[in-house]
Amino acid sequence: MQHSSLEERKQHYHDCMSQYKAKIVICGGTGCIANGAMDIFHRFEAVIAAKGLKATVALQKEQADYILSKSGCQGFCQMGPLVTLYPQGIFYVHVKADDVEEIVEKTLLQGELIPRLLIHDDETGEPLPDTAHIPFYAKQERTTLKLCGMIDAQDIDEYIAHDGYTMARKAVLDMTDQEVCQAITASGLRGRGGGGFPTGRKWDLTRVQVNDTKYVICNGDEGDPGAFMDRCVMEGNPHSVLEGMIIAAKAIGANCGYIYVRAEYPLAVERLKLAVKAAKEAGFLGEQIFGSTMNFDMIIMEGAGAFVCGEETALMASIEGRRGMPMPKPPFPAVKGLFGKPTVINNVETLATVPVAMQMGVENYAAKGTAKSSGTKTFALTGHVAHTGLIEVPFGTTLREIIVDIGGGVINDDGSNCGADFKAVQIGGPSGGCLTQEHLDMPLDYDNLLSVGAMIGSGGLVVMNQQTCLIQIARFFMQFTQNESCGKCVVCREGTRQMLGLLEDITEGRATKESLELLEELAHVVKIGSLCGLGKTAPNPVLSTMKYFRDEYNAHVFDKKCPTNQCQALSCYQVVAELCKSCGLCAKKCPVNAISGAKGVPYVIDQDVCIKCGVCMETCKFHAIVK
Amino acid sequence: MDHPIASKFDRVCQILEHHQRNPHKLIPILQEIQAEYLYLPEEIMTFVSTALGLSTSAIYGVATFYSHFTLTPKGKNVIKVCDGTACHVKKSEGLIQAIEKELGLNAKKRTTDDLLFTLETVACLGACGLAPAVVLNDQVHGLMTPESTLKLIREIKAKEAEVVCNTAV
Repeated sequence: MQHSSLEERKQHYHDCMSQYKAKIVICGGTGCIANGAMDIFHRFEAVIAAKGLKATVALQKEQADYILSKSGCQGFCQMGPLVTLYPQGIFYVHVKADDVEEIVEKTLLQGELIPRLLIHDDETGEPLPDTAHIPFYAKQERTTLKLCGMIDAQDIDEYIAHDGYTMARKAVLDMTDQEVCQAITASGLRGRGGGGFPTGRKWDLTRVQVNDTKYVICNGDEGDPGAFMDRCVMEGNPHSVLEGMIIAAKAIGANCGYIYVRAEYPLAVERLKLAVKAAKEAGFLGEQIFGSTMNFDMIIMEGAGAFVCGEETALMASIEGRRGMPMPKPPFPAVKGLFGKPTVINNVETLATVPVAMQMGVENYAAKGTAKSSGTKTFALTGHVAHTGLIEVPFGTTLREIIVDIGGGVINDDGSNCGADFKAVQIGGPSGGCLTQEHLDMPLDYDNLLSVGAMIGSGGLVVMNQQTCLIQIARFFMQFTQNESCGKCVVCREGTRQMLGLLEDITEGRATKESLELLEELAHVVKIGSLCGLGKTAPNPVLSTMKYFRDEYNAHVFDKKCPTNQCQALSCYQVVAELCKSCGLCAKKCPVNAISGAKGVPYVIDQDVCIKCGVCMETCKFHAIVK
Repeated sequence: MDHPIASKFDRVCQILEHHQRNPHKLIPILQEIQAEYLYLPEEIMTFVSTALGLSTSAIYGVATFYSHFTLTPKGKNVIKVCDGTACHVKKSEGLIQAIEKELGLNAKKRTTDDLLFTLETVACLGACGLAPAVVLNDQVHGLMTPESTLKLIREIKAKEAEVVCNTAV
């Protein structure tokens, strides 16, 4: 079958685009869709038609005045739904379907801005017209994510128009397998999934294996609670993942690829399937790709809900139709992987970065970031910050820059902004550790983080304000890993359960000095004795909170007090006599009759009877009960 | 349908054929079966075991390992509350408690007796920017409070009651 070349398709796309007066891009990420982005999309179609003009949708590219397109996640989920108008790049936030009429009337037809929908500068209050001026975006360096949020994920031509698939073609037609491995090694790219193993070296180890069948696997089982960058890449730019996989396949000599996606990401699965179909039709996947002799096919597999499948050997067991339980290494997947064949398994972000790094020149990519961690990294910035969302910064950026400049500062429980005054930042999910104020100006990269007992993990950054109880957070993560432990090895299965029990003793006031010692000892045992990464890293949140917040542990254990008042069992409900109006409602609601009093006299809670359920505090209309 | 039981196995056969009765495809096969029946009925798992040449214990092992598979019927409306880190620090527990209270559910009992609702907690939906998030029948609702969550549930209850009324008439 004769295919038109990439250059022809690119030219055709640009010819087609030049006819439109404006391009309207509506963010179609999970966040914006939850807030009604699709209604806005359809309203644009209706309003433009009502004005006697014509709008077409990206996939069809008919002759029209305007073109409407849905992008992948633009990262600024909290401000959604987002609407961007090109060519100017006008960036409207919190758009509602009812605003569409005004946007068409004023901005599209008369060229006026609508200040109400723009982001305003925090200090001057001036409206900011486009993303280049908005601190959230201006301070980032979007490299891997550059096209996410700009192009329509469902339209392969948009990806091609931005030079997509040229690197895959170059690798397949003009480079040897060894040259591809060398190029990626030179880029300094390290695995973005957690371990940070150099990607080029991993490929080279697989390349030298002699075998007719080899596999490339894309690990899209992004299970870390609090991380969603892989989801955004798969939803927003699925073709970049496919291109990375084609390049990897060339490098190792694979003829079949698997993308393993979490079942919680239905939109990502749908878009990847569309992307694979389009790439097959274009001759980039299947037989004799790009007109070469190379065959490369792609299978998309949905996970079935097991965090441990993010571990590579467990993931492969799952693809083979078995329980997702890890295997001891060696043999490494490079030697004996999926179905016993040599296999390269890379994370989504790593694969999506491969074509980008090649495009910009591997030396240029290596020059970004720090000496041992080159390039940029995406982070999911969440928790108690003003601007939550998906960000990308070069390695070596500090927490202060991320939290204050990009995140807009820490938000207290009462809604006030306290700048950089966070209590802790959990990095790397349940496998990572916490960072504190003392790390505020430490450049973030693989090695610095390891040296302070945390890890970059897949890149979740959960900011916690001063009102957060870190023992509760440690307990939360332990609960998670305990649930997700596959049960194969004893120290992980039983150790995490016992650790969870000890943490519950602490938060519920039953702990003694011995509990703390036992917890610490167990943490080390689980860390050393577990088979896979899940168990080996499960104690990290406990160890790092014990290291940095020992006082808080001591307060819970010895004083039976939770300094942040978050532990229900340790709280002590009291009536503020001055505020009490003696209405008696609390006494009526108390399930254990612990409250007594009479008209005219403030009520009193009997601490020996109180079960700390908190009903009285919820009931009191005068806020006279505090804990 | 003349023979509901025969047609039940027809669909399973189609699913098995679609995957060439390949035992390596056990997970996608079970996923498709669950999409069809909303859970994994025992007699169908036995059937699959014979068809694929796998022991029933191997099938049971896989079906119980992955959290997406369920061996008991689920409710008509599935409420998933995200309890990922970002949602957790933004108090997703309060949402879970409110729903449990409203529907009379607890940590063990996740489906209402009338099979209208199933409550699930999931580790992370990847909608952290909208924390805390709730997914009701595959629609994501962000920045939830106990009040707004209960409102959603009550809307569904009201709709279901209407359906019952109409069918009664």
